[in-house]
Amino acid sequence: MKKETLFVIAAVGLLLVFLFGTLIYKSAKNDSSAQLAESNRANLVRLHSPTLGKDDAPVVIVEFLDPACSTCREFYPLVKKMMAANPDRIRLVLRYAPFHDGSDKVVAVLAAARKQGKFWPALEALLAAQSQWVLDHKPQLALVWKHLEGLGLNLEQLRADMAAPEIAKMVAQDLEDARVLNVTQTPEFFVNGKPLPSFGYEPLKELVDKALTSASR
Amino acid sequence: MSNETKAWTLIFGAWLVASASTLGALFFSEVMQVPPCVLCWYQRIFMFPLVLILPVGMFPFDWKVVRYALPLAALGWLFAAFHVLLIAGAIPEGMKPCTQGVPCSEKVIEWFGFVTIPLLSLVAFSTIIASLVLAYPRDCK
Repeated sequence: MKKETLFVIAAVGLLLVFLFGTLIYKSAKNDSSAQLAESNRANLVRLHSPTLGKDDAPVVIVEFLDPACSTCREFYPLVKKMMAANPDRIRLVLRYAPFHDGSDKVVAVLAAARKQGKFWPALEALLAAQSQWVLDHKPQLALVWKHLEGLGLNLEQLRADMAAPEIAKMVAQDLEDARVLNVTQTPEFFVNGKPLPSFGYEPLKELVDKALTSASR
Repeated sequence: MSNETKAWTLIFGAWLVASASTLGALFFSEVMQVPPCVLCWYQRIFMFPLVLILPVGMFPFDWKVVRYALPLAALGWLFAAFHVLLIAGAIPEGMKPCTQGVPCSEKVIEWFGFVTIPLLSLVAFSTIIASLVLAYPRDCK
C-alpha cells in the first residue's frame, strides 16, 4: 500500500471512531438521563419550590438555578420571554442548585425574601446586578444587600428569617434532588419531566415548543 | 524493509499514538465534558502539535522530524510523569500546582483499578519517544 493511502485511511479511521464514539456516548447518556428523570419524578418538583405561572399550565419547566451562575442570568430573560409568548401555558418551577461556594447564603436571602412575598423581584434584582456581587466567581453576601433596597423588603426581618432551619432543609433537599437527577451544572432544565437532549437555548426552545404543541392537541 | 521504510513506519506509529491521544483527550473534555486540569493542559500543549508536525516530516520523508518532535514529546513526558506521581500521592500536598478550579489530583476515570488519564498520557508519550528514538538513524549521530 502506498504510504499516502495508508496515512489517509488511518486519519479517516481515527476520525470515524471519534465520531461514532461521540454519537454512541451521547445517545446512551440521553437515554440514561431521561430514564433517571422518569424514574425519579418525585425529585423533580417539590411543594416548597417557588413557581411562576398558572398552576394548571400544560407545560412545566423545572429549572435548577444558581443565583451566582452567569449562564443562569442569561437564560432567565429567555425563559421569561417564552412564558410571555405563551401566556398561562407555561409554569416555571425553580429549584436551588447553589453550586458556587457561598451561593447557598444568597439562596437563603431569596428564600427569606419569599416569606415577604418578594421572591421574584428579589431574584430578578440579584440576577440583574450579578456582576456586582459575584466577584471572581465568588458570591459576596455583603455586597448583595444594596441591590435589594427599593423592593419594599424588611431587610432586618429578612436577615432573621435567613437562618431558619426550614430554609437550610429546603436547600439541602434541592441539592439532594439535583444529585439524584445527576444535575451537575446550572442551569439545568426539565420540560414536562424530560431533560434537555443537549445544553443550549435552541434545544430548550425546541423541547418547550414540542410540549406546547402536544398539549394543544 | 529498507531503513527508511522502517523509520517511516515507526514515525507513522508515533503519529497514530499522538492522534489517538489527541482525539481521546478531546473526547474526555468535549464529549464527556470532564474539565481538564492545569497539568492536563500542559500535556495537551505538547501532544496536540505532534499530530501536525509528524506528518509534515512523513510526506516527503525527512529524518529531521525526529529532532523537531522529540523536545515536545520529552517535555510532555515530564508533565505526564509528574501528574502520575501526583495522583499516586508520591508528591506531597504542598507541591500541587493547582489550588483553584479542577484539582489535578482528582481521578476522573479509573479503569481496572489503575488506568487513569495521566497514566494513559504517560504511556502515549513513552511510546512516541521510543518510536522516534528507534527511527533515528544510528550512523548519523
